[in-house]
Amino acid sequence: MDNLNLGQHISRRYNEELEDVRNRVLAMGGLVEQQLLNAMAALENKDASLAQQVVSNDLQVNAMEVAIDEECNTILARRQPAASDLRLVTAVIKTITDLERIGDEAERIARMAYDLADEERVNRLFTQIHHLGQHARLLLRGALDAFAHLDTEKAVATWNEDRKVDREYEALLRELMTYMMQDADSIPFVLKTIFAARAIERIGDRAGNICEYVIYLVKGKDVRHTRLLEEGVPGDD
Amino acid sequence: MSTDMKQTHGIDPDVIPRSLESTNLSDEDHCIRVRDLNLYYGETQALKNISMDIARRRVTAFIGPSGCGKSTLLRCFNRMNDLVGSVRIEGSIELDGEEINAKTVQVAQLRQRVGMVFQKPNPFPKSIYENVAYGLRLQGIKSRRTLDDIIEKALRGAALWDEVKDRLHDNALGMSGGQQQRLVIARAIAVEPEVLLLDEPASALDPISTLKIEELIDELKDKYTILIVTHNMQQAARVSDYTAFMYLGKLIEYGATNKIFTNPGEKMTEDYVTGRYG
Repeated sequence: MDNLNLGQHISRRYNEELEDVRNRVLAMGGLVEQQLLNAMAALENKDASLAQQVVSNDLQVNAMEVAIDEECNTILARRQPAASDLRLVTAVIKTITDLERIGDEAERIARMAYDLADEERVNRLFTQIHHLGQHARLLLRGALDAFAHLDTEKAVATWNEDRKVDREYEALLRELMTYMMQDADSIPFVLKTIFAARAIERIGDRAGNICEYVIYLVKGKDVRHTRLLEEGVPGDD
Repeated sequence: MSTDMKQTHGIDPDVIPRSLESTNLSDEDHCIRVRDLNLYYGETQALKNISMDIARRRVTAFIGPSGCGKSTLLRCFNRMNDLVGSVRIEGSIELDGEEINAKTVQVAQLRQRVGMVFQKPNPFPKSIYENVAYGLRLQGIKSRRTLDDIIEKALRGAALWDEVKDRLHDNALGMSGGQQQRLVIARAIAVEPEVLLLDEPASALDPISTLKIEELIDELKDKYTILIVTHNMQQAARVSDYTAFMYLGKLIEYGATNKIFTNPGEKMTEDYVTGRYG
């Protein structure tokens, strides 16, 4: 069923609870996106203090995950949600797990940025990391938009876009390997760069997961571990 | 993760086991077959073009708002509506391929095959033993030993034996509501019906007694085809294999309970099970 209608419960309080939990997920998504943005900026601008800020803000992301989880548990226990309401709650529980992990990846990037802040050699490689990071951020934005508007088209498009990030990551890996072969001294630095790139690539994968939850929420169809999304928005079951 | 890796790990959606139990109505052995059933109370049409197949040895729940016709439909299955003067029924209801509204069908025999339990426990003002023995005596069973055996079996079947075995000759009206309801179920299963109709069997009971009845339903479905009308949607979700949602005399949606409660196909069903304004 399309056009999910999340309001209009006979219990007004229940409407408010579901609306609130959805808003909190979007707020958490916004914070995680900002974390990613700051981590990338710290990496590109060799900004150690911004990197530190990202690391400390991760606690806030974690706290949001715990709070939303608790709210979902309360709804499950008190309301026994069914059908689309149930799918919303399960999709939220899974989405915030992925958002929290994206937050962790941002923190990881920030830690690399901190370590690389004094590094001289970085510029050329960072153009590509920058590009990968931009792309991952677009994926995260796409997944959050799809979640906010229950937009399955957007979810499918974003999910498919993740394939491109995967390919970019592979291309970058090949280049970094050449770099290491040419210059053994660069290995410690390149390894850190690989860790950062890997974290960015994982963010794309997790954004793809969120897109799968959006499809489940709207269509009631579990598309994980299938190739269904390659063919576009799945029909109603 | 490389694209190639993703593809090797791709799983064919048809291969993923979606649930442990078979929940495909068309794969089931059908005990009751309803076709184009219309029922009128005088001028008022209470059931409109109902067609459905009921799966044997499964629990089928009927849900819907008050006045939607679910109890009326349930009462069709053992011809309880015969007792209402102004009723007119069109269409067919087959039990094991036999039309139950045919003139040749003896209603008393039909009701032995299709037992019924109501919302309010209605034991006879007799002993526990005599309550269960009642239907058996009507069948002409006189042997004390046979009666003893069947009564013990029925009370065990209704998960009541351990609570009452030492006071079988006490008056049934001294039992708790939950016990009385299980006694009525024992009375119904003593005559070995094929089908059990339960009309709001737990709505007058406390939560623990309700859970006991639900547990009992789960045990009984190994032997009987169970149809339950309930206002408690969580109860329908807990106990049934299939759920039928009715509204204004029509069967709106009928299918596997898992599907009805996680991803119903009709908006009206969705609105009802999620508690929205329809």
